[in-house]
Amino acid sequence: MTGSTAAPVRTPSDHVVRRALRNPTVVVSGLVLLLVVAAAVLAPLLAPHSPTEAVLDDVLAPPSADHPLGGDSAGRDVLSRLLWGARTSLLAGLIAIVTAVVVGVPAGLVAGYRSGRFDAVAGWVASVLLAVPGIVALLVVVSAFGTAMPPSMIALGVLLSPAFFRLTRSTVVNVRAELYVDAARVAGISPVSIVFRHILSVVATPIIIQASLSAGVAIIVQAGLAFLGIGDSLAPSWGAMVNDAYRSNIEAPLLTLWPGLAIGITVAALALLGSGLSDVVNRTDAVQSPRRSRRLAAEAAAEVAAAPKVEARTSDEATLVVEDLHVQYSRQDGTRAEVVKGVSFHVDRGECLGIVGESGSGKSQTAFSVLGLLPPEAVRVAGAIRLRELDLLSLGERSLNHIRSSRLAYVPQDPMSNLDPAYTIGAQMVETIRAHERLSRRAATQRARALLERVLIVDPDKALGSYPHEISGGMAQRVLIAMAISCSPDVLIADEPTTALDVTVQQEVLDLLRELQRDLDLALVIVTHNLGVVADICDRVAVMKDGRLVETRDVFDLSAAPQHPYTRELLGSTLSNVAPRTRIGQGSPSTATTEA
Amino acid sequence: MPVTTKAPLLEVHELRVEYPRAGFRRGSFVAIDSMSVRVPAGTTLGVVGESGSGKSTLGRAILGLAPITHGGVIFDGREITHADARTRRALSADLQVVFQDPYSSLNPAMTIEAILAEPLVAAGTSRAAARARLTELLDIVGLPADSLARLPREFSGGQRQRIAIARAMAREPKLVVCDEAVSALDLSTQARVLDLLLDIQAQTGVAYLFITHDLDVVRHVSDEVVVVNRGAIVERGPAAQVVTNPTDPYTRRLVEASPIADPVAQRARRAARHPT
Amino acid sequence: MLLFLTRKVGAALSLVVVVASITFFMLYASGSDPVANLLGQSATAAQIETRRAELGLDRPVLTQFLEWWGHLLRGDLGTSWTNRQPVMATLLTRVPVTLSLAIAATVVAAVVGTALGTLAARFRGVVDVVLQLVVVVGFALPAFWFAVLLSQTFAIRLGWFPAVGYTPLVESPAAWLSSITLPVVALAAGVTASIAQQVRNSVIEVERRDFVRALRSRGIGPGRILVAHTLRNAAPAALTVLSLQFIGLLGGAIIIENIYALPGIGALAISATNVGDVPVVMGIVLVTVVIVVVVNLVLDLLQGLLNPKARTR
Repeated sequence: MTGSTAAPVRTPSDHVVRRALRNPTVVVSGLVLLLVVAAAVLAPLLAPHSPTEAVLDDVLAPPSADHPLGGDSAGRDVLSRLLWGARTSLLAGLIAIVTAVVVGVPAGLVAGYRSGRFDAVAGWVASVLLAVPGIVALLVVVSAFGTAMPPSMIALGVLLSPAFFRLTRSTVVNVRAELYVDAARVAGISPVSIVFRHILSVVATPIIIQASLSAGVAIIVQAGLAFLGIGDSLAPSWGAMVNDAYRSNIEAPLLTLWPGLAIGITVAALALLGSGLSDVVNRTDAVQSPRRSRRLAAEAAAEVAAAPKVEARTSDEATLVVEDLHVQYSRQDGTRAEVVKGVSFHVDRGECLGIVGESGSGKSQTAFSVLGLLPPEAVRVAGAIRLRELDLLSLGERSLNHIRSSRLAYVPQDPMSNLDPAYTIGAQMVETIRAHERLSRRAATQRARALLERVLIVDPDKALGSYPHEISGGMAQRVLIAMAISCSPDVLIADEPTTALDVTVQQEVLDLLRELQRDLDLALVIVTHNLGVVADICDRVAVMKDGRLVETRDVFDLSAAPQHPYTRELLGSTLSNVAPRTRIGQGSPSTATTEA
Repeated sequence: MPVTTKAPLLEVHELRVEYPRAGFRRGSFVAIDSMSVRVPAGTTLGVVGESGSGKSTLGRAILGLAPITHGGVIFDGREITHADARTRRALSADLQVVFQDPYSSLNPAMTIEAILAEPLVAAGTSRAAARARLTELLDIVGLPADSLARLPREFSGGQRQRIAIARAMAREPKLVVCDEAVSALDLSTQARVLDLLLDIQAQTGVAYLFITHDLDVVRHVSDEVVVVNRGAIVERGPAAQVVTNPTDPYTRRLVEASPIADPVAQRARRAARHPT
Repeated sequence: MLLFLTRKVGAALSLVVVVASITFFMLYASGSDPVANLLGQSATAAQIETRRAELGLDRPVLTQFLEWWGHLLRGDLGTSWTNRQPVMATLLTRVPVTLSLAIAATVVAAVVGTALGTLAARFRGVVDVVLQLVVVVGFALPAFWFAVLLSQTFAIRLGWFPAVGYTPLVESPAAWLSSITLPVVALAAGVTASIAQQVRNSVIEVERRDFVRALRSRGIGPGRILVAHTLRNAAPAALTVLSLQFIGLLGGAIIIENIYALPGIGALAISATNVGDVPVVMGIVLVTVVIVVVVNLVLDLLQGLLNPKARTR
């Protein structure tokens, strides 16, 4: 709904690599990593001393020109050990992630693409590996294969591989469900080239991100082993340096700092590189912070205050009056998009108003404005919305909550996603009732039961105890309608209430809405794209296009003699009056230039 | 429709599709059972039903995307019930698909050129010939010529559906399965895409298996219609007859429940349904 | 629910059996001679042979394997090769220390992480930036380094907490608390960061879902929506992270115990590994896997309670 308002156009030149190079997190962490790699590679050239040469005079020596970071408890040069230690750490990380990728990724590809038995077995192996505490397993490996670093890092790689396996598998399963993979299969593209052309490209990025995180884990684990003194005691490593510092911490507290910083900076760079890359790939970097949108909202509020107040002109008697409503969203580039541009309408009790339009016309935004349910990105709402004596736009959240349900209610489009999956229907209904009326749980349950009967649910007691996933879409919509009328509202706003339903269920829901409207004397607003729904239930129709109302008329008049060209086009697009298997449109049919 | 005595382009005979249930020894779920349909060359067969009726499964089974456990599919004289990948590759020249969701049916990472060229390249078309065909295809579906270098996300829903149609038409197929191909589109866009499909049919003589939940759409595009409910065909016949004069109770319910855009007629129907 | 339970318990048991068996073969049949390690380089071939026979290592591996399982089923994990103490008895005195450390750290991480994550999701802006920073630091700094730093600062320099040693809870609750405060903080820091990150992401994700808007439309207050609906629906994902983190935490505890000289299984594990005391290593593996499996089982059941769909499946 909101997505259609601000879909930024991107060009293919907007490539991942180029976007990555524009992301500061990626650039900085990448440079830091390059420095660490350079230090490791050039250690023999850069290190002022041998990392293992112990000089008695330099034991715990303070920093000096000869020993920029001083000497350790055995009189070895700290800077040199730090540089050589980078080699150990980076090599450890590399061995572990290569192992993890080699073990996890192919297994994940096969398991995800072929599923079946291999998937079941591999999944079980992964869960076994995940249940093994890493350090304990590495102690076993050290017991069995000795203290050299490579075997333990290979073992660690195997222990880290389930993450790669699961990631690859779930990505493949998701991609496989995409219709474009089906289309490729229909086109006769072989499974192998489907994996390479369509699947591997999608899997690659999450794998790279996971690898950078896993490399960090491996470096920390290797340091931990070295710290415990399990590992190659001759090779200089950051973990062994922490151990040395720990044993001589009173005399030279700074010794603890250097290896800690080295590990911290390297691992942090890896982690930030991973999260920066994932931001680039998922485009979450472009998402605006709510703080920024709050600031914009504050600016907009000042503007609204400065603007002359719209005075009510007509239809003062109506239950709900909307006058000159404007809604603006902030775009990523700081400009604003106006999605509702001066909309005015009114609706009275016992009346049904249809707001009709195609996607992006602003019809849902109009409905959400009335309910006060616009997302935080909607930075400016101006005009007037009045419910009898109340000026809704000036009400705070608390007062709005008070009138929601009790005076103003909402029926959403997709019934399933609009119920909390964690609670029973009964619990959710009781919650709503008790939020507005002082009733005991028992009395509220009684009310809920009566409401379910009212919306013609056959077995209300069973429904009360059911979870949303246990009932059908049509029944869920009835439940939502029951909740909407639970505190006897004056106005009911239904946003595409039947769009997600089958036609036979749609008919039942429309019949129910009409009946409730008559019995409860509701002011009903139905937002829809379906002209059949309008013809069935509405008394008056407001046609919206590009954020404006183009025509508001009695439903019979509108259908008989549409005045605005857009209304004519819309009515002309229906198929019921066209001879079968003939063209609907006039002129050249095959141009897509004006399509929304 | 002229009565043809020769074999139809597509003949589906007593088809059953069963999906194994998740988990160990849970048996299987029968999505469709003993479904038989015929699509003569150059005609449109409409398949209409509600969600879960099995209408999409029928299309997927014909395309080799659903497990057939009984019955057979004969396409253009060839038995393709359990065709392997190689046969499917050969078949793809003549049998194609347009899916409902114009967002998930195009690989977001591929340019329009790569998407449209894929079936041609797989068929061994030379690069130059493919290039020429792509320009032609864009023209047929009414997209600007500079679309080739762009990515799917730069196009609207209707335009994406035109791209999907162009991909399906790339090798001039004999049959295209349209699975809810216009259901996700706005009314005016839907009208233009339907016009496009009818135009292409008039020019190339392609046949459609048109799967939809929308009675208006099916009435508009189809020669013959089958109505599907709970995995079985409940009624079949010429489109106009099935939609205006249904005999099966389920079809009647379906027709009566589909609201029409004319308020006078719709309210008359409503009154007839609820005599007060 | 019963089926759900039996299936989970069955899976857990099979997991213990498999891990224990693999470990056994790695230790007993890896090719390197544990006895040679045990006796050191000065031992003669004859000495090694005698000791092998003494420990029963000259028999076929399969026989030893079956025997080990036979003993295990009677609650016997064998005797240590170095101090000849029964392994089970040793473990029983040490496991409570490690468990109290790990569980306390888990609880702290869960509570603090949830609070921080919710705050970050709610206020974003500065709070969120700070949280992201804490998460990266928590991930990047090894727990053992943090532990060394804490020990140097708060125990040795300031003397607020004991630098080493452990007081059992039953002896003196105050002393117990004081003895595990630093280790728990060191251990919980990284886990807290990742829980906070997960809670933040889940809360943001849940708040975008349709039903939250529907709840608002029915006039349910923001506090109630956050606690009863958003956090409730964010919990399963956080629990999954917690169960994975707990395993890492158990490993971390082994290192931290060495720094604070806590008499848990950590110190035992290191010394047993260094001298090649195979029955002890075997016992430690078994115990940790059992702990992990039990904790995961508990979290799975909790998951089932929180997620009605998981229960019926």
